[in-house]
Amino acid sequence: MPYEPVLLANINKKDSHTLAVYEAGGGYRTLKSALKDKSPGDILEVVKSSNLRGRGGAGFPTGLKWSFLPEKHPGPVYFCVNADESEPGTIVNRVQMEADPHQILEGIMLSCYATRAATAYIYLRYEYPLCLKRMQAAIDEAYAAGYLGKNILKSAFSLDLFIHRGAAAYVCGEETGLIESLEGKRAWPRIKPPFPAVEGLFRKPTVVNNIETVACVKHIVERGAAWFRSIGTPADPKDPRDPGSYGPKLYGLSGHVNRPGCYEAPLGITVRELIEEHGRGVWKGRKAKAVVPGGLSTGVMTAAELDTKLDFSGPLKVGCLGLGTACAIVLDETYSMVDFLHNSCRFFAHESCGQCTPCREGTSWSLMMLERIKAGRGRLKDLELLLEIGDTIGIIPGTTICGLADGAAWPIKNAIRKFRGEFEEYIKRTNPEGYMETEPVEAMATVPK
Amino acid sequence: MDQVNLSIDAVEIAATPGTTVLDAALGAGIYIPHLCHHPDLKPAGVCRLCMVEIAGRGTTPACLSPVEEGMVVRTESPEIRDLRRVAAELLILDHRPDCLVCAKNNRCELQRVAAHVGIDAARLARLRRHEKTLPVDDSNPFFTHDPQQCVLCGICVRTCNEIAGVNALDFAFRGFDTMVATFGNDPLVKSRCESCGECVVRCPVGALAAKDFQQPSREVKTICPYCGTGCGLLLGVRGNRIVGVRGDPDSSVNRGILCVKGRFGIDFVNHPDRLSTPLIRDPAGGSRFPGFREASWDEALGLAARSLAAIRNQYGPAAIMGISSSRGTNEESYLFQKFMRAVVGTNNVDNCARVCHSPSVTGLSAVFGSGAATNPLDDIEETEVLFLVGCSPTEAHPVIGMRIQRAIAGNGVRLIVADPRKTRLAQSADPWLPVRPGTNVALLNGLAHVILREGLHDERFIAARTEGFESFAEKVQAYAPDRVAAITGIPAGDIEAAARRYAQADRAMILYGLGVTEHSDGSLGVMGCANLALLTGNVGRKGTGVNPLRGQNNVQGACDMGALPNVLPGYQSLEDEAVRGKFEAAWNCKLPVHKGLKYTEAWHFVRRGRVRAAYIVGHNPALTDPYLQRVEEALAALDFLVVNELFLTKTARLAHVVLPAASFAEKEGTFINADRQVQRVRKAVDPPAGCKTDVDIICELADRMGYAMPARTAADLMDEIAAMVPLMAGIRYPRLEEHPLAWPCLDEKDCGSRMLYEKSFPRGRATFRAIDHAEPAEAPDASYPLILTTGRRLQHYNCGSMTRCTPGLSTLCPEERLEIHPQDAAGLNVREDEMVEVASRRGKIRVRARVTDRCSPGVVFLSFHFEEVPTNALTGDRLDPMACTPEYKVSAVRVAPVEGANVG
Repeated sequence: MPYEPVLLANINKKDSHTLAVYEAGGGYRTLKSALKDKSPGDILEVVKSSNLRGRGGAGFPTGLKWSFLPEKHPGPVYFCVNADESEPGTIVNRVQMEADPHQILEGIMLSCYATRAATAYIYLRYEYPLCLKRMQAAIDEAYAAGYLGKNILKSAFSLDLFIHRGAAAYVCGEETGLIESLEGKRAWPRIKPPFPAVEGLFRKPTVVNNIETVACVKHIVERGAAWFRSIGTPADPKDPRDPGSYGPKLYGLSGHVNRPGCYEAPLGITVRELIEEHGRGVWKGRKAKAVVPGGLSTGVMTAAELDTKLDFSGPLKVGCLGLGTACAIVLDETYSMVDFLHNSCRFFAHESCGQCTPCREGTSWSLMMLERIKAGRGRLKDLELLLEIGDTIGIIPGTTICGLADGAAWPIKNAIRKFRGEFEEYIKRTNPEGYMETEPVEAMATVPK
Repeated sequence: MDQVNLSIDAVEIAATPGTTVLDAALGAGIYIPHLCHHPDLKPAGVCRLCMVEIAGRGTTPACLSPVEEGMVVRTESPEIRDLRRVAAELLILDHRPDCLVCAKNNRCELQRVAAHVGIDAARLARLRRHEKTLPVDDSNPFFTHDPQQCVLCGICVRTCNEIAGVNALDFAFRGFDTMVATFGNDPLVKSRCESCGECVVRCPVGALAAKDFQQPSREVKTICPYCGTGCGLLLGVRGNRIVGVRGDPDSSVNRGILCVKGRFGIDFVNHPDRLSTPLIRDPAGGSRFPGFREASWDEALGLAARSLAAIRNQYGPAAIMGISSSRGTNEESYLFQKFMRAVVGTNNVDNCARVCHSPSVTGLSAVFGSGAATNPLDDIEETEVLFLVGCSPTEAHPVIGMRIQRAIAGNGVRLIVADPRKTRLAQSADPWLPVRPGTNVALLNGLAHVILREGLHDERFIAARTEGFESFAEKVQAYAPDRVAAITGIPAGDIEAAARRYAQADRAMILYGLGVTEHSDGSLGVMGCANLALLTGNVGRKGTGVNPLRGQNNVQGACDMGALPNVLPGYQSLEDEAVRGKFEAAWNCKLPVHKGLKYTEAWHFVRRGRVRAAYIVGHNPALTDPYLQRVEEALAALDFLVVNELFLTKTARLAHVVLPAASFAEKEGTFINADRQVQRVRKAVDPPAGCKTDVDIICELADRMGYAMPARTAADLMDEIAAMVPLMAGIRYPRLEEHPLAWPCLDEKDCGSRMLYEKSFPRGRATFRAIDHAEPAEAPDASYPLILTTGRRLQHYNCGSMTRCTPGLSTLCPEERLEIHPQDAAGLNVREDEMVEVASRRGKIRVRARVTDRCSPGVVFLSFHFEEVPTNALTGDRLDPMACTPEYKVSAVRVAPVEGANVG
């Protein structure tokens, strides 16, 4: 039986972004019935039992995150929606916001109802002007129709929703960086604990959820937890800590494929399925050399690893950082992994916020080394150095406050360990005189601007 | 409190709960490398060098891990070493390796980290050095900022925020480009940096470093000579020269923190313009100072003694006026008033509290029965609501200003500010009450009105401990918010909000300054503050009280020592036979019975020929007193004027004999700060050859006038003070070696009184004073439409004799500017930086304009630090009738651009 899209069900309708079309397709019915028949606790329960895991990248169980909010707190509680979709190769939130903004709004309303938040902020990526236009228009329509504001649909529930446009910094996608930025400060991620659920925006209890996550909430409330758990990869019975990978998922596909785009599928399709069935195969009749499974920070897998399932545990099994945003980037057999890594290092060096020593220094020094390698002055021992940096920066070795450095480290570690031959060959070819050099050589002035 | 037991590297350690693993380890002598940790600051967790392994928790920064019972910590392992080594290597590669020429060499935390982690040249070589090239900011006269030496630990940024509350520094740019910068990356001197140097002290590397740093060979613990805060200093000395200043970490007043004057403003001690020979007025000159010739001490003292004796013999002792220095020590003030009373034989002795905080003494005495701060400064952090009236501590008492900002940010203290100017703290206030100068009494009565109307007063306290409530309550009936709004210019809603905030707090504390006292109704303003505290029961408890912020370092002490015309030392009554008898017996003299002249009155008596001579110690009324044309005339008209001074001030230039005196750093003694703490001042260096201490000068003068002072050293004088002043009977030098003592300190077992009036008031019950608003002496009119109000600048102090001889301070604040609101400036066609003429009924001066909304419309502001811009040529000499303090804070003036001065 072919999979019936849920999250993308509306996107091909004419004027799918308008309230009229959304309502004609049954939109806001879930909200209406929830406000009438369900308590906030009911919604929390159904989300918990659905085992929904956050779609932003880390896959933290959403219901559990909500339940961390202190019960007795006098409030206010804030709800932040992370729409700062900045992970390279990732475009799924954008599709949702441009084509079906009301679905997101309904999800936000239900989530706020469940978490008792009366104020919500959408932190929107700067480079998404159409999203801004469509989301703001949808919010205006929702206010006019009584879905937002005081006493929504004559219930006791009130919600104000604001869009905050970011200023083009990747680190604002980290939830506490996002909160700092919302507060008008430099987006330096906060030390945790305290976690945002206890002390978040304006030092009040706060939930930060991704756009796709709140969209899923809408469908879970509508169709039930059992429906949600009927989709995807069940929990591994041998691993008591695995909550499973359930529900519909938006996959992104870019790079060297015939049909890049945003696709919906049950959680757990393989990389090969994504490329072959949705992307109609690698372009120009070539083979894939490497695939980034879920946004640049998740690292890279080889052609031999394409049968990896794209669920929350699959990419881990082949040494990648995780599912990430589930937006794959395909590199064909002609593409240089040195170029790939150079590009990756350039991105992370540019985006490191500068707070933690290992990330600030490590990302820039790895870029400087890649610049030298690219310029034909690489040495074999540079690869060891790159690995040394890659292995010592990030939350996983414990040396940084946020995960940006892990994202910077993974492409380095995966690319060099999985494609070492190619790197060595490149260095020997481009620096035949000096690739074994041990004497100091001047660094290049490559501070990213 | 119970200790938490944990094991660090197999060493069992007991730590205080709430501290971190890093604190515990460092405390136990186990070094864990770190750069961003500083004991004064909240943990930042950004350098990531203090990584440790905690059993069950993996690798984690020690600075972010609170100690827990049974915790097992390992600070070293091969894995940890790798993590630290990579981070340290990368940092070192960005850092210029010129340790030998670095000001922080041997005091550098990066050197320590490198030594501990083990930095290997071969490993560094693999990375191939790359240095950042960023310009050094050496705009500040006292320190440099070299971003290339910076390790981005953020200690300076957090210090500026958490300690100084100034927020001049923050991080700019991102990633590898991240740097510490001012707003807009401007040079430091163009930023809001106040040059307190706290960041320089804490910077772990050479990024922020003092210019011309010299490691002192010894340090001398003493007290700052500026303002009444009374910060502890450690003067760094090499040979016989002060080379640096450090905040005394053991001082409860400042806990090691200093402001720009305390840290960098001590250079005046070494200034070449210091007087070093007695000078005698001589039209022929002959010294480096025109109009004076150099003289021997013998000649100068002889002339002074003969002249004073001759005038006394001819016109009676009341023809001589003595003004003691509020900057000198207690011992000097005591000795000086004894000289005037016992040797000259007059009660004509005063000090410069007359022109600042005398209304505090009259006002607070009228209400409580004693005239000093009620609570310790530490209570700033203990209170709920701070009410600042007429003071700008961030400028005039900067370390108190820092403590207030910290209390707001860290302890959630709420702030109310009544001030006609939008001062730094007014910007943090909720609400700010922009009171029209001269209408404090109306405002304070208005607040009381609202408190009573809403039933927010403390009936139990009023019934148990006060009197006069009924007539007070009746009086404030007439001060409804609408009427008070019309008088003061403050919106009625803000008056109500402030009243509620102050009255509803469990603990509310009033701090006030010269904005209350320097008015023709200054004493009433002080009573108004004290009334509010009585009304709400905010007296005699922690975090409450009424606290004057004393202006000069020892203005409290000068009053306490009896350098006042109406009381003997320790505020003992002149009229009391028993007291007089005690002093007459001890001093072996006959004391004059009649109260003496307050020195602001004395100038009038000079004109009438009744005062013929004056002896002034360390005070410059020719610049600092209002209507200074008249003061100058009076001084010039004296038959004889002798002055003890460090520099040839404007007043000293009018003297017949100038006696070169030792500075605070060159003598022993004590100062009493704003919260009544008697603190030891210690000699750090010898005075310049030819100078004598004021104690020696006064003793030798007394000798020549036939009176041998028995106590001739600071310690002996303190013993005499303790014997004569019951309030200070327990204060002795050996006790002060350990810690300061706050008076009252009644015997040698008494540990002093940080807080007053816990159980009773000196007068039994405190008395509400029913007071009325009166318009200031001089209202603006068509000819003089603006109100001039005066005050201090952060970088300068009083007449500028000390700060203007400290070159760096003059670089930071080289000249005076008239602050004027943009609206007034536009109406008068006055532009920023342009020369304007400011004229009052008494005189006119020229000064450049600073157009700023710090001043309210209709109000202009000037300080009086600059002899070139003698602000007091404008101010009037109308006095508060009770305290004889002049109304510096309200003068009607007109401002006009100077034609021709602004061309080109």
